[in-house]
Amino acid sequence: MAKTDFGPPHYRDMLPPLIAENYGKWRYHTIPQPGVLKHFSESGAVITSVRAASPRLVSTDFVRDLCDIADKYCDGHVRFTTRHNIEFLVSDESRVDPLLAELAAKNYLVGGVGHGISNIVHTQGWIHCKSAVTDASGLVKSVMDDLHDYYTGKRTLPAKLRIAVACCVNMCGACHCSDIAIVGIHRKLPEIDHEMASKVCEIRSTVASCPTGAIRPNPKLKSIDISDDKCMYCGNCGAVCPAINTMDPETDGLSIWVGGKVANARTTPQLSRLAIPYLPNNPPRWPEVTEAVRNLVEVWGARAKPGERFGEWIGRIGWERFFDVTGIAFTGKHIDDFTHATASFRTTTQFRF
Amino acid sequence: MDKWNTPLLDELEVGDWPSFVTEIKRAAEKSDAAADLLRQVERSYLDNTGHWKRGGVVGVRGYGGGVVGRYSALPEEYPGVREFHSLRVNQPAGFFYTTKKLRELCDVWDQYGSRLMNLHGSTGDILLLGTTTENLQPCFDALSEIGFDLGGSGAAIRTLSCCVGEARCEHACIDTMDITHDLTMHFQNELHRPSFPYKFKIKSSGCPNDCAAASARSDLAIIGLWRDTLEIDQAGVGTYVDDGLNMFDEVIRRCPTWALEWDAKEGQLRINADDCVHCMHCINQMPKALHVGKERGAALLIGGKAPVVKGAMIGWVLVPFMKMEPPYTELKELIVKITDFWAENGRPRERVAELVERMGLAAFLEGIGIAPCAQMVSAPRSNPYVFWRPEELEKHGED
Repeated sequence: MAKTDFGPPHYRDMLPPLIAENYGKWRYHTIPQPGVLKHFSESGAVITSVRAASPRLVSTDFVRDLCDIADKYCDGHVRFTTRHNIEFLVSDESRVDPLLAELAAKNYLVGGVGHGISNIVHTQGWIHCKSAVTDASGLVKSVMDDLHDYYTGKRTLPAKLRIAVACCVNMCGACHCSDIAIVGIHRKLPEIDHEMASKVCEIRSTVASCPTGAIRPNPKLKSIDISDDKCMYCGNCGAVCPAINTMDPETDGLSIWVGGKVANARTTPQLSRLAIPYLPNNPPRWPEVTEAVRNLVEVWGARAKPGERFGEWIGRIGWERFFDVTGIAFTGKHIDDFTHATASFRTTTQFRF
Repeated sequence: MDKWNTPLLDELEVGDWPSFVTEIKRAAEKSDAAADLLRQVERSYLDNTGHWKRGGVVGVRGYGGGVVGRYSALPEEYPGVREFHSLRVNQPAGFFYTTKKLRELCDVWDQYGSRLMNLHGSTGDILLLGTTTENLQPCFDALSEIGFDLGGSGAAIRTLSCCVGEARCEHACIDTMDITHDLTMHFQNELHRPSFPYKFKIKSSGCPNDCAAASARSDLAIIGLWRDTLEIDQAGVGTYVDDGLNMFDEVIRRCPTWALEWDAKEGQLRINADDCVHCMHCINQMPKALHVGKERGAALLIGGKAPVVKGAMIGWVLVPFMKMEPPYTELKELIVKITDFWAENGRPRERVAELVERMGLAAFLEGIGIAPCAQMVSAPRSNPYVFWRPEELEKHGED
């Protein structure tokens, strides 16, 4: 009988000795250069963390390469960040420069710290997801090939900028709380395979799965019907009934969202808001998307005050000016008509022309 | 051009950002599954659509989750990905590894899978991408030999994750990694055997900077904070000013509650602790001079989630302050009360936030035995439609 319920390896067995000795004793940190953090303990100990970019989808060969580097400079320890960066934790300060030199020689990008763009949090896309409108890894690669100077610190921004990519409106990739988010969308009614539905779908739960009441039973076909004036293509029904197909390569596309954040610093956490309702899904390089993201980054970068996150900047200048200065058209698509919609309507004469 | 004949994907090997295509090709040298993944994804890039079938429940003995079944919709053309299931492997808290452990993991995956993985998935797991139904059990057995268990999937407690916390951060008000590991071990059954209306995510961040995105990405967010006064080292403040920090523009006027005053003549930074809402801004600006307070614990937020199905939510304050000391009994008991109440009252595929919205926060609080407090709302109600029960009428509004 196989073991079960034994849980993950204990973190204590994974820590570099210097981390274990100074656990809970860290006093402050500095950022001596882009991608490098130095943490100082009350014991006087110092640990240097060198952060590098990862494509997140990696081969075991890649992992072994990391292990070789970590053996050489970090006594056999390595960690990852919540944004998929690699972190080499160096206990011996004399090894920092040689590590940086080896990483540079091997074309690792060191960065992702401070006022810039860290790695993109993203979803599986065509690599492994059944409901992916697009390929998240390819979008990430395309966007970051264009913007990596903001990762490596060659160019800086007013504040940190967190980008996320999700390949459908489920937004598995933190898109609802990111400074800039790219989200795959549907734009037309799902197709129903009535014959299959009559065999495999539980009608009641399929009807109940719809948040807008757009689904009704079709007793004649032992299937369901979807009303085109209520359906907003969330795809929840498709997760309950496999005979419903939300995907349509002809009309699916991408949308861009802005202004979300999770930190409580200064302003409260905010949900991301719709900036661009539709862009074509255009692999392998998605030029429309990379251009739109670059425009957003550059306009914010040039206009925000020091330390002002994307959403804080919009909060100060107002959405009307945001659309103006980014050159993005404001349309009826931007006006919420889902749950809690009225909370987003303007109730004051405080606005700009 | 190389032997793979994938002209579209090859374009994604150009450029400075590390390429996932290169990674798939490296795996494809030794794995037929990775080779056919490469070919199928090239096909997706050509016809702009995914080629995975929906459905397919597979797993390992004793568990109801931890494996995501995946089948190619084009198995005749890409037989290597006919079955391409992924294993969610529970990561060590804080994403720390020894190279020995990572190499052992690679050895197992080279033997049983596609040689491709995510470090890490959005929820936090190590995702081992791509193996066959036949290989699932032996792969899990081999993983268990090296001490890796599966994570959560389906209507279960999902794999917990956290920021680096006390391991390497001076802002940590709670031991996020220990909380994460302890809860993970305590709730192994709920993690491995789905028995809830839908998923339940728990994340922990050591301070209100919330680097784990707990408030937006978990049904229960555990966020460290303090409730006394932040610590000021006046000499340290002076150093930042001497080094060019514009105290008024970058700190004082950005405090959301005007709790700070800067006496430039005396070189003293003063704080009115009653006004501080521990937002972290001033501490972030001057980490060497300002420190989190001494009376530390966590705020618990309930209901953070992505849009499916009634819209995205950021978690709501449920408990403004709870001490966080092992074995975290109060926290564990509260989690059980929440999940019991939700299991009892939730509809299929209804997240906790949607249950709270449908039933009302007051009813939810009563259901889990928590007293209302003003920190839970940004403002009291603005409508007069208040529920009263007959027994309350005798009390003239007193509780």
